[in-house]
Amino acid sequence: MKLFTKHLMGAVLGAAVAVTGFATSVQAEGEKYILVSHAPDSDSWWNTIKNGIALAGEQMDVDVEYRNPPTGDLADMARIIEQAAASGPNGIITTLADFDVLSGPIRNAVDQGINVIIMNSGTPEQAREVGALMFVGQPEYDAGLAAGIRAKGDGISSFVCVNHVISNTVVAERCRGFADGLGVDLGSQMIDSGQDPSEIKNRVMAYLTANPDTDAVLTLGPTSADPTILALQEMGLAGDIYFGTFDLGTEIVKGIKEGIIQWGIDQQPFLQAYLPVVILANYDRYGVLPGNNINSGPGFVTKDALSKVEEFAGEYR
Amino acid sequence: MSDAAQGDERIKEISGFRKSLIRPELGGIVGAIAVFTFFILFAHDSGMFNSQGVLNWSIVSAQFMIIAVGACLLMIAGEFDLSVGSMIGFAGMMIAIFSVTLGWPVWMAILVTFVLCVAIGALNGYIVVRTGLPSFIVTLAFLFILRGFTIFLPQTVERKTIIGGIRDVAEGDWLAPIFGGKIGGPIFQWMGEAGLIAVFERGNRAGEPVVDGIPMLIIWALALVAFGHFLLTRTRFGNWIFAAGGDAQAARYVGVPVNRVKILMFMFTAFCATVFATCQVMEFGSAGADRGLLKEFEAIIAVVIGGALLTGGYGSVIGAALGALIFGVVQQGLFFAGVESSLFRVFLGVILLMAVILNTYIRRMITGER
Repeated sequence: MKLFTKHLMGAVLGAAVAVTGFATSVQAEGEKYILVSHAPDSDSWWNTIKNGIALAGEQMDVDVEYRNPPTGDLADMARIIEQAAASGPNGIITTLADFDVLSGPIRNAVDQGINVIIMNSGTPEQAREVGALMFVGQPEYDAGLAAGIRAKGDGISSFVCVNHVISNTVVAERCRGFADGLGVDLGSQMIDSGQDPSEIKNRVMAYLTANPDTDAVLTLGPTSADPTILALQEMGLAGDIYFGTFDLGTEIVKGIKEGIIQWGIDQQPFLQAYLPVVILANYDRYGVLPGNNINSGPGFVTKDALSKVEEFAGEYR
Repeated sequence: MSDAAQGDERIKEISGFRKSLIRPELGGIVGAIAVFTFFILFAHDSGMFNSQGVLNWSIVSAQFMIIAVGACLLMIAGEFDLSVGSMIGFAGMMIAIFSVTLGWPVWMAILVTFVLCVAIGALNGYIVVRTGLPSFIVTLAFLFILRGFTIFLPQTVERKTIIGGIRDVAEGDWLAPIFGGKIGGPIFQWMGEAGLIAVFERGNRAGEPVVDGIPMLIIWALALVAFGHFLLTRTRFGNWIFAAGGDAQAARYVGVPVNRVKILMFMFTAFCATVFATCQVMEFGSAGADRGLLKEFEAIIAVVIGGALLTGGYGSVIGAALGALIFGVVQQGLFFAGVESSLFRVFLGVILLMAVILNTYIRRMITGER
């Protein structure tokens, strides 16, 4: 029984290692980079990230690995970063989802001589504080600002920002940036819509009825964009009023196609995964490093660029 | 002793080999040897066995051990607790709310949280013994109730689901280092200077050892295992635990206070979960609403790998500790061996299945059933 168990366990573990060895790692010049995310297994948004590092690993001829806490528990994530550091890779790419929990392990990795790049979550300031080389992500204020400048060029001077996560200060930065880009005061142009679709729809209708001279609508994600589309259709404003949104989703893509939405802002997760691998590999090989943080977004998705989005949705977009 | 045993016709002769085979720890010992052999073969050069690597899987194993000890004793007493994971989240959040939001001293926040959580454990146990409902259902209810409060309370008082800043308020507290501190600093300092373990290469801690002490989490795990093992095998109360889980009615007839034993075991499980939560909160300095997800199953899995029977009345704390060790080493070791992390659950399932099959085989040997 003893022997049997031992053999069975060894065989099973060995077989799986052999199988996955082919699937995930690209044998190369020996550089190894580990990406640690905060996302649970069930979060499909991160597929793009996995595909991004796999492609970068292939092109740069380096080993790449993706690690995440199965349940999304950030304390488990801290252990994974410690583990990643102990396995002695050339670099670690990680998110900074909770500064309290993760700054210690990341700082330790940096002090052990491992290059770290922060991606997706966190701020450039926090990345600098933990000793990371750079931050690759979408700075929310700047994304809003770019969108505002774009809208100003299209002749917009007033707007309503539909915020479904009013308690999230980072997301609210998008509205502030947009107002600054237009060169107007945000004032009461940001409404707390709540999370419920019918509530969102009715609040948007109420606002637009009370303020009929509003030029533009800005939504902050699929949660607020989808009901807003319905509200505009019901009011007969669809396609008439200027409509921009953050992040992409099925309904948003459809809205862009039908001309209801002028543009969607994509934070381009592919770049958040792909670029750090390329940067770390070149830094290790030739000592070259871009001099600043990299904004992976905002990438504006308009009607013209939709074919690419639809083709690679869920894969690279 | 052997004279007396041989002279007593009531005691059946059992060969030493068979005796060693029916020990509940057997599966755990075999598994631990197999797992270590495997990783020494496949991951010896990956950093898994340097100082940081050893500390990494030791901490993860110690975490499992802390909750496995409670779950093990409770399972031997014939009950389950599915609220362990939610209890971890809840306890951590209560400490954060008491100390950060309400501004209590940290020692008081910790003590009040312990009292509160152990009381909830007692309530769990009381409902189970009074209603006679399966503990599976009662604690499943508390899984949702406690998780719900863990999300609701911080949202109500702080408008967010992660409360940070505990490390700052715990500064200088007398109780906090017992959960979040490290011991043996000078020894590691010396080992670092002697070049035995890795030191930081850069930054303002350059030259200091990367591993600068043994976290109290590991000390707690070992202490709880020692306590649990002593309680179970060396005391009258330990016999009561076996009796309550083996056949509760028979135990009652011979005067074992079965209800009291079960309620006390629910309280002990809650205590272990709170120790886990306190160590985690003190180390990371923040409490999150999603902490401890699925930990109840991880505790049960460690206990089952360690040879306890799901039906109760049979098991060992040492076995559960070995189960936790196997679990932790496999979980972290697969990362070191470079296996795709989503396959971790496949291994978990395979190991669990093998452990249960082995256990069933052993039980048939003991009871002689076919």
